[in-house]
Amino acid sequence: MTDAGWFVGLEPGDVPAAARAIRDGRADEPQDWPRLAVEAGYAPDRESYYERLHEAAISATREAVADRERADDKQLVHAVRAMDDLTETVNELAERAVEWAGSQYGESREGLDYVREVATRRPEQPVEAEIVDLAQSVVDLADRQASIEAFVEGQAAAVAPNLTMLAGPILAARLLALAGGLESLAKKPSGTVQVLGAEDALFAHLQGHAPSPKHGIIYTHEYVRGTRPEERGSAARALAGKLTIAARVDHYSGDRRPELQTALDDRIERIRTRGAEQ
Amino acid sequence: MTLPEGVERRTFDGESALATRGEPVYGEATDGEWRRWDPSRSKLGAMLEMGLDTGLGAGQTVLYLGAANGTTVSHVADVAGTTYAVEFAPRPARDLVEVAATRPRLIPLLADARRPETYAHVVESGLDFVVQDVATRGQARVATQNARFLDPEGRLVAAIKARSEDVTSDPETVFEAVLDELAGTYEIETTARLEPYHVDHLAVVARPRGGSPTSRSI
Repeated sequence: MTDAGWFVGLEPGDVPAAARAIRDGRADEPQDWPRLAVEAGYAPDRESYYERLHEAAISATREAVADRERADDKQLVHAVRAMDDLTETVNELAERAVEWAGSQYGESREGLDYVREVATRRPEQPVEAEIVDLAQSVVDLADRQASIEAFVEGQAAAVAPNLTMLAGPILAARLLALAGGLESLAKKPSGTVQVLGAEDALFAHLQGHAPSPKHGIIYTHEYVRGTRPEERGSAARALAGKLTIAARVDHYSGDRRPELQTALDDRIERIRTRGAEQ
Repeated sequence: MTLPEGVERRTFDGESALATRGEPVYGEATDGEWRRWDPSRSKLGAMLEMGLDTGLGAGQTVLYLGAANGTTVSHVADVAGTTYAVEFAPRPARDLVEVAATRPRLIPLLADARRPETYAHVVESGLDFVVQDVATRGQARVATQNARFLDPEGRLVAAIKARSEDVTSDPETVFEAVLDELAGTYEIETTARLEPYHVDHLAVVARPRGGSPTSRSI
């Protein structure tokens, strides 16, 4: 059926089947579909053919968009996890490469720049060949990490524009990863979002031998970290509240709400000045 | 030059601007049932603003590739007849569906313009226009592959974005390469740079070369 029009074999009133045919069908070459559909009896005339096509295409595209967007947040979650794994591995291997290269070349330098420089050297002994190759592998992994980070930064805004506006792309992606996707983040209460990433501290608290955690991963946000310790709990609660609203808007409506940013800015401003006056 | 039927100059806030008749979409200024068509937000709008003869007119059938969130295609559907709008990214396509919901002649499709076989079972042959605004590498190839939808007398109106092909090359070099590749399938009628409305974009108006463009699939 590679050359049939979308309407072939459909009952005229069956919109779900028509939507499926539009989404899944294909043809190598286009044809004069309106004429063929009228001839096949799918529609009495061109006008009603277009009406049916319009209705089916709206329904098909709406469903396809919802499916794709749902899939995209899962891909983002994988990407941010891979990014974090790479960061950890790069740090560990870079440290090893620095130590090894330093002992062989009698140098005491540090950091990824040193590893990058070692990777360009021409080895003169078998041991140097191993060191240079290891350095090259570290550089490759670091580049891969940077590339995935760039992907995450671009993708976060597409998957959750409001959440990304408030949290920045990396924190937004981490929240999605911790919650397991946009839908589950949107369904979490604000108090849970506030301590996402602080599960160890939370369970210690629930077992009765620790204070309740004030914040989880959202600690990395300037509005929490940059607020005086006495007011940090309030700042974390306010931020989590707005992030939760943003995630719900992103999941359920998809509108952009710039006013969320203003509301958050005002709230944090009030929390910070309140502390200063006392 | 004469504007296409259905596109008029109206006055918005004391400023003369292009407009079409239809329901507002993106917060544009309105004057009665006319709504402003902003050339800096629309490459096709910029072409009309600059007086380019695109040949677009009332009642024509159109395939619009790279419809994004429907800004430009909504104006096209105000003017033209049946308008098929193809967009690949889900987020803008979500807005596009809402734009299409109130426009009976606008048919939205979530599909990749580089793979016409995934929508050739819906989009009819013999169209008057293919409008192309896809920010992807291989823009000439997209135009070539979609020639199968055009009537032999139809036209391609494309906005070629230099930066999508190669950010490092000089835009003129990129445009030459794109035009060379297009010349295999199309006869180029007009080209024009879209500055100041759109930087490093080339407008191309072209006709399919003789013979049946539908038989020239790659």
